Amino acid sequence: MTRRLLFGRLYFAALALSATAALANPVEKTLANGLRVIVQEDRRAPTAVHMVWYRAGSMDEVDGTSGVAHVLEHMMFKGTKHLKPGEFNKRVAAAGGRDNAFTSLDYTAYFQQVPAKRLGDMMALEADRMANLVLGAKEFEQEIKVVMEERRLRTEDNPQALVHERQMAAAFQAHPYRRPIIGWMNDLENMTAADARDWYRRWYAPNNAYVIVVGDVNKEEVFRLAEKHYGKIPRRALPGRKPQIEPGQIGIKRLVVKAPAKLPYLSMVWKVPALRDLNKEREPYALEVLAAVFDGHEGARFARNLVRGAQVAVSAGAGYEATVRGEALFSVDGTPAEGKTVADLEAALRAEIARVATEGVSAEEIERVKTQTIAAQVYKRDSMMAQAMEIGRLEAAGVRWRDIDTLLEKIRSVTAEEVQAVAKKYFSDASLTVAVLDPQPLPEGAAQKSVSAVRH
Amino acid sequence: MACLLGAAATLVQAGAKIEQWATPAGARVVFVESRVVPILDVQVDFAAGGAYAPADKTGLAGLTRSLLDMGAGGLDEEKIADRLADIGARLGGGADLDRASISLRSLSSPREREAALELMRLVLQQPAFPAAVLDREKARTIAGIRESDTRPASIAAKRFFAALYPEHPYGRSATVESVERITREDVAAFYRAHYGARRAVISIIGDLSRAEAEEIARRLTEGLPDAPAEVSLPETAMPARNTVRVDHPATQAHIHLGLPAVRRGDPDYIPLLVGNYILGGGGFVSRLMKEVREKRGYAYSVYSYFQPQKQPGPFQVGLQTKREQARDALKVVEDVLADFLARGPSEEELGAARRNLADGFPLRIDSNRKLLEYLAVIGFYNLPLSYLDDFPRKVEAVTVADIRAAFARHVKPEHFVTVIVAGD
Repeated sequence: MTRRLLFGRLYFAALALSATAALANPVEKTLANGLRVIVQEDRRAPTAVHMVWYRAGSMDEVDGTSGVAHVLEHMMFKGTKHLKPGEFNKRVAAAGGRDNAFTSLDYTAYFQQVPAKRLGDMMALEADRMANLVLGAKEFEQEIKVVMEERRLRTEDNPQALVHERQMAAAFQAHPYRRPIIGWMNDLENMTAADARDWYRRWYAPNNAYVIVVGDVNKEEVFRLAEKHYGKIPRRALPGRKPQIEPGQIGIKRLVVKAPAKLPYLSMVWKVPALRDLNKEREPYALEVLAAVFDGHEGARFARNLVRGAQVAVSAGAGYEATVRGEALFSVDGTPAEGKTVADLEAALRAEIARVATEGVSAEEIERVKTQTIAAQVYKRDSMMAQAMEIGRLEAAGVRWRDIDTLLEKIRSVTAEEVQAVAKKYFSDASLTVAVLDPQPLPEGAAQKSVSAVRH
Repeated sequence: MACLLGAAATLVQAGAKIEQWATPAGARVVFVESRVVPILDVQVDFAAGGAYAPADKTGLAGLTRSLLDMGAGGLDEEKIADRLADIGARLGGGADLDRASISLRSLSSPREREAALELMRLVLQQPAFPAAVLDREKARTIAGIRESDTRPASIAAKRFFAALYPEHPYGRSATVESVERITREDVAAFYRAHYGARRAVISIIGDLSRAEAEEIARRLTEGLPDAPAEVSLPETAMPARNTVRVDHPATQAHIHLGLPAVRRGDPDYIPLLVGNYILGGGGFVSRLMKEVREKRGYAYSVYSYFQPQKQPGPFQVGLQTKREQARDALKVVEDVLADFLARGPSEEELGAARRNLADGFPLRIDSNRKLLEYLAVIGFYNLPLSYLDDFPRKVEAVTVADIRAAFARHVKPEHFVTVIVAGD
């Protein structure tokens, strides 16, 4: 039910900030209750994507109920005053549609892909659960077990996910990004239906949400439908949000995660600025280009120098997401090649950063990053879902869809000097957190020995 | 009927008239002109998947495919990567059981398009297979195998295929030893034997004319190796019912259950697809999801699907559940399956499945990317060109009796294989 969006690994989502240029012409309207409706007409096929985004993600949780944003996302399919549990999915399916939802650090979002003529039915369903959710104890009891299974699948038995979870918890001590989206297991074990109910009452209001529609629709008709279905839900006062800014890090942090695996793994994250003012700031754009110079395409530096050249890694990557509600990290990671250690890989990754800081990057490299950015924008127009996701993610971070072209222009204006400058400025040990997977052998005989039996 | 008209209109709207022809060298071409977005997608599929590799050199098909764009036509891998990056083009693909695929996505503007297609041509026709690159890629592949052999999901998948196809190439997977054995001459020979035009299908969709597509297909195939046309894969045999248990310290058991079931192009495929939607393919509304997840909270993910191949590909049920409750969860799955096989779906379930699959049909082809994969499958497996047009009508025609009969023919419990990794 949930595709959890991991922080810091979404290079294209970050850089590919959208070419609304030719085809794209979103329009928006705000209903009297504060719900914003954003529509992009795309007439290529008789289908549409309908999304509802709530500005409530795991960063809005408090200690003791980590994971509740995501648990509520699951409970949103479990019945309303008008619909029995499971009925939501049934109705979407009956309309020929598919639906799902996802929770991130910054937001929770729900979507349906349907034949365009069924858009009104989808709005009726989403509006109903925006206002009328029933959080029954029995349904909660079953669903919390599902979420614990999800945690086992995604995190407990996934060594690299464990590394990322523990690394975030170490990198941030005050900022809520320290808590995992899926929640700590003990918090899940002790969560109650009342916790989920509180969360719903607190954040699920039209004035904390926005609707995105992309597809074979008429914008005026969409606004009319939105007014009809969402317009009557009353606006509610929202809780204040505390900044919870992380105090400046004052020294390197290192941690080790031991888990069953064969290959070690290394992840390094530095605290760097997020994008807050589109027009005044320059460094976030330069950091985006830096990430792409390292890992933006097959010919980028990490693949070329570390995987193919020095062969110190079997894989290596870099990531930075500028448009986030909370704090930003620049991450580099990788798996050492046979005969190399995580220390070798760490030295090699550091050397790549140092080389940009001392020697800069070439005009050609910068040009390639810009070409990738433009091409990615054109390719995105092949997918209604991708267009809706782009608008949704940016809006979650407080960037308006109107500014998508501005962001793109800014990326294209980044100079080699600016890239070198951020490489010099932001990669000191003082703001670094290094996490290492120390692979543990499987117990004697495990995964090798098997018993085969004929059943009767 | 409304939905039928809707589907047909989709094809017309997207310009999705499917055209087919053969190049002078003997490759089949499947083409759709779509002018909506200024992009071009080309995919070339060869009968060069894992099933064609020798038993002692598993991994050869994947390595050969991945080495194609790591040096070709006098360009080394860095130059190829740079040139692609310079024009914003992307090369992708890989090898599965039957196919080795190379796909290209490019802007359709002339400069970018021509440069991208020339790179694709070199990669297809003049791969260099540099020895040093092969050594490096072998090492990376071996590292990947060693790692995946510690992961419960990978272990379960490998064991499942091995148990379904004990004597057939579909059951083999790459091992450290088999990859170590592969030489440069093996790779070059595999390429020469399997990357011929007569074993190739070219799928093209995008912002170009039929005449331009014909020229592109001709150029991409005229210099391919003179490989013989495809030889058919060996027949699969049905396994005896059995259970494989593998120890592992994971917190969750990974469970697979299934058997070799259906070929691409089998007329039973549509009733199997509709039936499986009800059983375990329809996401949250499927029976497995309701019984295993919604009612009991046993799993986050539980599903079933048919994977048709040249030879009968698997029917597979899968789930992951807390290791202590593996037996209970498996029992629920087995009961759901047994009931479905015995009684089939209800009329109500069938009506809901038909509505979703037929009315939702436009969602399957509403982007070039999605349509391209259908074109490749239609071309590679020789499905009728009307496959997409026919799909909603055929779905609407499926009856409960059709589903029961199709499942009875293809899903026989006496051949069920169960694999449990990390179950108590």
